[in-house]
Amino acid sequence: MPRQLQNPVRPAVARGAASPLAEPAWVRWLLIAAALGFLALFLGLPLAAVFIEAFRKGVSTYLAAFEDPDAWAAIKLTLLTAGIAVPLNLVFGLAAAWCITKFDFRGKSLLITFIDLPFAVSPVISGLIYVLLFGAQGWFGPWLAAHDIKIIFAVPGIVLASIFVTFPFVARELIPLMQSQGSDEEEAAVSLGATGWQTFWHVTLPNVRWALLYGVILCNARAMGEFGAVSVVSGHIRGKTNTLPLHVEILYNEYNFVAAFACASLLAFLAIVTLVLKSIIEGRHLSKP
Amino acid sequence: MYENTRSAMLRFQCASSIPRQAVRKTGLYGAGICFLKLSMHPLLIIPIGRLRPLLAALAFASGAAHAETTLLNVSYDVTRELFKEVNPAFSAKWKAETGETVSINQSHGGSSKQVRAVLDGLEADVVTMNQSTDIDVLAAAGLVDKQWESRFPENAAPFTSTIVFVVRKGNPKKIKEWVDLVREGMQVIIPNPKTSGNGRYSYLAAWGVARKAAGGSDAVAKDFVTKLFKNVPVLDSGGRGATTTFAQRGIGDVLLTFENEAVLTQKELGGGGLQIVYPSSSILAEAPIAVVDKVVDKRGTRKQAEAYLRFLYSPAGQELAAKHSLRPRSPEVLAKHAAAFPQLNLLSIADAAGGWSQAQKTHFNDGGIFDQIYLK
Repeated sequence: MPRQLQNPVRPAVARGAASPLAEPAWVRWLLIAAALGFLALFLGLPLAAVFIEAFRKGVSTYLAAFEDPDAWAAIKLTLLTAGIAVPLNLVFGLAAAWCITKFDFRGKSLLITFIDLPFAVSPVISGLIYVLLFGAQGWFGPWLAAHDIKIIFAVPGIVLASIFVTFPFVARELIPLMQSQGSDEEEAAVSLGATGWQTFWHVTLPNVRWALLYGVILCNARAMGEFGAVSVVSGHIRGKTNTLPLHVEILYNEYNFVAAFACASLLAFLAIVTLVLKSIIEGRHLSKP
Repeated sequence: MYENTRSAMLRFQCASSIPRQAVRKTGLYGAGICFLKLSMHPLLIIPIGRLRPLLAALAFASGAAHAETTLLNVSYDVTRELFKEVNPAFSAKWKAETGETVSINQSHGGSSKQVRAVLDGLEADVVTMNQSTDIDVLAAAGLVDKQWESRFPENAAPFTSTIVFVVRKGNPKKIKEWVDLVREGMQVIIPNPKTSGNGRYSYLAAWGVARKAAGGSDAVAKDFVTKLFKNVPVLDSGGRGATTTFAQRGIGDVLLTFENEAVLTQKELGGGGLQIVYPSSSILAEAPIAVVDKVVDKRGTRKQAEAYLRFLYSPAGQELAAKHSLRPRSPEVLAKHAAAFPQLNLLSIADAAGGWSQAQKTHFNDGGIFDQIYLK
């Protein structure tokens, strides 16, 4: 059945230039050149600049940037933050998407709006929210001070701000896919006697795992790269509450360009590695029958 | 049984020719296999593996915190190199004198932003800022003693700086004095006086110099700063931004900034293309310090915090200040470095504009003189 539907379209695409559907050669080349040029100018060039600047004074200077204990502390804090924020948002995102796409309830659209809130709000505001809540003059500030609990200007604040900012990524990746899949399979599973947990684990989760992985990768990239919100709640204590992006800014402002770009290249490298990993895993999976 | 039904169900769905994303193909796997694969998925393992060493590191860090006293020095942007040397020097001295280990953490940022953070609960034992208004804000909030300026010598400012001119190599525009800055067609780079210490001191220096010159008055001074800011093509929000505009983007004929920043700029960014010009008079920029009483009393670190700030006045502390182009208060240390700090006629903020609170009210508040001359 599907093959019959596809047949009329396929040969036209394969013959390419001869088809009336295709553009003349010069238009195609122009469009390709424009696309590649745009890509090179806005993605390739800045990425190359990061690495070129980082290695400007040689490999030893580059490596020296990571011998600084403050840089190490920043790397560790960044990984810790992502290590807490990503799993939490994975669980939350999955639960929220499942709830939104497989069930009908009052206030559903309100919930979707709330999930999107961190996208709509400027990251600086996200940071300020926590200052207003947990700062010395904030709502819970006096109580926290009395019990000697530190939230902002300490690691918990940075983790909270990162969770807030990366909140929508997983859910946003999953919701459209799960909506297009509908709940037929789940209904079938349930009608065959599967429990709710079995249905989720054996039907829903396998169907969405690549979208889930993609959401997690985006979430992780943002958690490691977040600047605005974290900057507000960090307090910028060297070796304690500086994440890698904040460390890059500080180094840059101190005219320590090589070290700044070295740390920036590490962030870029982490991003590239996650994307490559993602495509490898995806490619390997798809090549199987 | 379950798997068979599922496959059949999927085949049915495929046949209905709904366009499926590539992702959808995973459904063709048996559900059980999917589950096994997913549980071994690297994604699920990474966070746990990643957390373990980090949690250990965190535990170590908090354990270490108990073994010694730590102080937090919240400072403005450009003092990192100075305190990087001051802190170990003080720790060594304190260890030798008392046997106690003290380590000092640093936080740097724009001075107003840093003050805001301390107000919001950043637990600074000491603050080291570049203008006394910043500490007055903390005093008004009850974090710092109202009499903070008399708690340490020299108005609680262990070193000073001043506003100087940075020009292009060879001084092609022949800039020597403040009057040269208001010449027709001159481009002067000054950061925004409303948001930065550099800008504020530069503005007040121009005001004070014009007012104190022969035949000077408030009207003359206002006319002078009006002309001066007509020559400012971009108003960066902070000192470092202005420096970058001038040195790296090559905009402007002259940059007004602190002496220590000027020396650093010339050294780090100039590449031999910049030089410093000292006008005959300028402003005295005192860099005030204070113990944050509320924090040290809570943490029990008053003794160490006060000793730390007093160390800045010691010969060793003053030497380090001089090394980083901040003018030491000690006459002996200043005399030793006389070549690095040319003599200028330095006006205090009180001389130039009747003190900080007066200056803030008349010049920088909304609708003040700066708004009147710049918004035109």
